[in-house]
Amino acid sequence: MEIPAAIRFDRLGQVFETGSGRVEALRNVSFEVARHEFLAVLGPSGCGKSTLLRMIAGLLEPTSGAVEVFGRRVTGPREDIGIVFQKPTLLPWATIEDNVVFPVRHKRGRVGSHDRDRAQELLRMVGLEGFGKRLPDELSGGMQQRVGIARALHMDPDILLMDEPFSALDALTREEMGFDLLRIFGERPKTVVFITHSVSEAALLADRVLVMTGRPGSVLTELPVPVARPRGRETIKDPAVTELAAHLRDLLLQRDAA
Amino acid sequence: MSLSMPDFSQPESTKGKRPDLRRILAAPGVAAILTILGTVALWELAARTLNIPSYLLPAPSSIFSTFPSIGAERWAGHVWATLRVALLGFGLAIAIAIPLAIALVRSPALNRTLYPLLVIVQSTPVVAIAPIIIVVLGAGDAPRIVITTLICFFPMVVSTATGLAATPPELIELSRSLRAPGFREITQIRLPFAVPYIFSALKISVTLAVIGAVVAEFCASDAGVGYFIQFSTSMFKLPQAWAGLFVLAAMSLALFQAVSWAQKLLFPWSLPRKR
Ligand SMILES: Nc1ncnc2c1ncn2[C@@H]1O[C@H](COP(=O)(O)OP(=O)(O)OP(=O)(O)O)[C@@H](O)[C@H]1O
Ligand SMILES: [Mg+2]
Repeated sequence: MEIPAAIRFDRLGQVFETGSGRVEALRNVSFEVARHEFLAVLGPSGCGKSTLLRMIAGLLEPTSGAVEVFGRRVTGPREDIGIVFQKPTLLPWATIEDNVVFPVRHKRGRVGSHDRDRAQELLRMVGLEGFGKRLPDELSGGMQQRVGIARALHMDPDILLMDEPFSALDALTREEMGFDLLRIFGERPKTVVFITHSVSEAALLADRVLVMTGRPGSVLTELPVPVARPRGRETIKDPAVTELAAHLRDLLLQRDAA
Repeated sequence: MSLSMPDFSQPESTKGKRPDLRRILAAPGVAAILTILGTVALWELAARTLNIPSYLLPAPSSIFSTFPSIGAERWAGHVWATLRVALLGFGLAIAIAIPLAIALVRSPALNRTLYPLLVIVQSTPVVAIAPIIIVVLGAGDAPRIVITTLICFFPMVVSTATGLAATPPELIELSRSLRAPGFREITQIRLPFAVPYIFSALKISVTLAVIGAVVAEFCASDAGVGYFIQFSTSMFKLPQAWAGLFVLAAMSLALFQAVSWAQKLLFPWSLPRKR
């Protein structure tokens, strides 16, 4: 039997009916993401990248075509998917540890000691050991985003959706977060769909980069990242990575000019 | 050393003292107390030198002298009568407003149908309905509590609903993606996020509750600070009426402060943080 792709988009279209008329956000989008593959998605603003993620998560139904996750058509929200948002959006009244276990408390109404143990383990993994009892606004933006990642991983989802998770961070912190992701997913592979506006981030992190056209968004091209894993700090200077980044930049600039 | 630099010794020495005075003036409440004392002093001075008749504007000294002549027991009776109605009306308003706000946010249909009705109720002057309510509900605290509730529940509904709707959409999506039961979206996400909104409404409403209780006493009552003011005016005891007014202002202030403290005590994270 053939192993189904983790995520499969089949001629998917999305049209929003708004008060001021129809907005065609996505048209005829087809692509697959293999299990444990890291896919980066690049594309001009407003081309429907966030909309794609919301459809994988089952938060939004496509107007045409279909999304499949592990061979099953997505019909509603599913729990084996974690989401990391652009802003950390933590609960300001809850400690860091409580924020990480929040999905469990929210879903089941209570948390057990093993949930807390897991939160501690995840905090260690994202480099925040010892911060469990702090409140979110005692942490920097980068640290808060790490908490957001730990929260998304707490239920151990098969698929992680990340929507421009580092775009609110300064350049250096952003690079550090990239290296951390390489380490985290190196230890525990996940299927990741990672939206970004940074071509170098895409080239550093991904197995494959999907470039989208402007609205209505569709797939312009898919490019593999020809760099072996494990990757690390040196990878950013790898000629293959810099070349790919330059090529991606050209692609995006051409689209903007057209 | 200072002798060798006479030009600088003067400002140096005053610099040492000035910050102390400034710090005292900048301490919380000091400026407000000084302003109040200053106003009362000016008022006393004006009342004496300009010979303003006491039925127009009694001097503060004649107002304060009525306090002991009424006696602590009578004051306590009136204050308790007003406070009881204000607090019960305020509590009832909270008990209605917060569930109502949740219902409005949960159900767009309810929002479309009920909200216009609430606006109509709010735009009807409660002072005008008060006598009707008293006729309908008869004597006792009940009509007064209803009047108070009517006056103070609307800001709570609007503010709470605004707060419930102002929750970060990401957390609502997180809640949906977890397929968590809907009530937990309210209790664990929306309500806590609405706490600052709820408390700013509570601060307004608690002073409105005092107004509501007084309005009710004006219509029909035999006790309460509002009744006391009305009664004193009808007997041309103007300083006494003014004393009642001071008591009302003090009550409103105290209730306002109590709500602020409750927020600080129960939800410290909901206050804007000083950095
Ligand atoms: N719920 C909605 N109702 C109406 N229009 C919507 C809705 N959600 C998205 N859109 C529209 O669909 C288009 C794609 O939106 P989307 O947020 O997916 O873009 P994006 O690629 O994520 O953009 P950005 O890079 O700026 O985040 C936009 O034009 C947006 O206005
Ligand atoms: Mg987006």
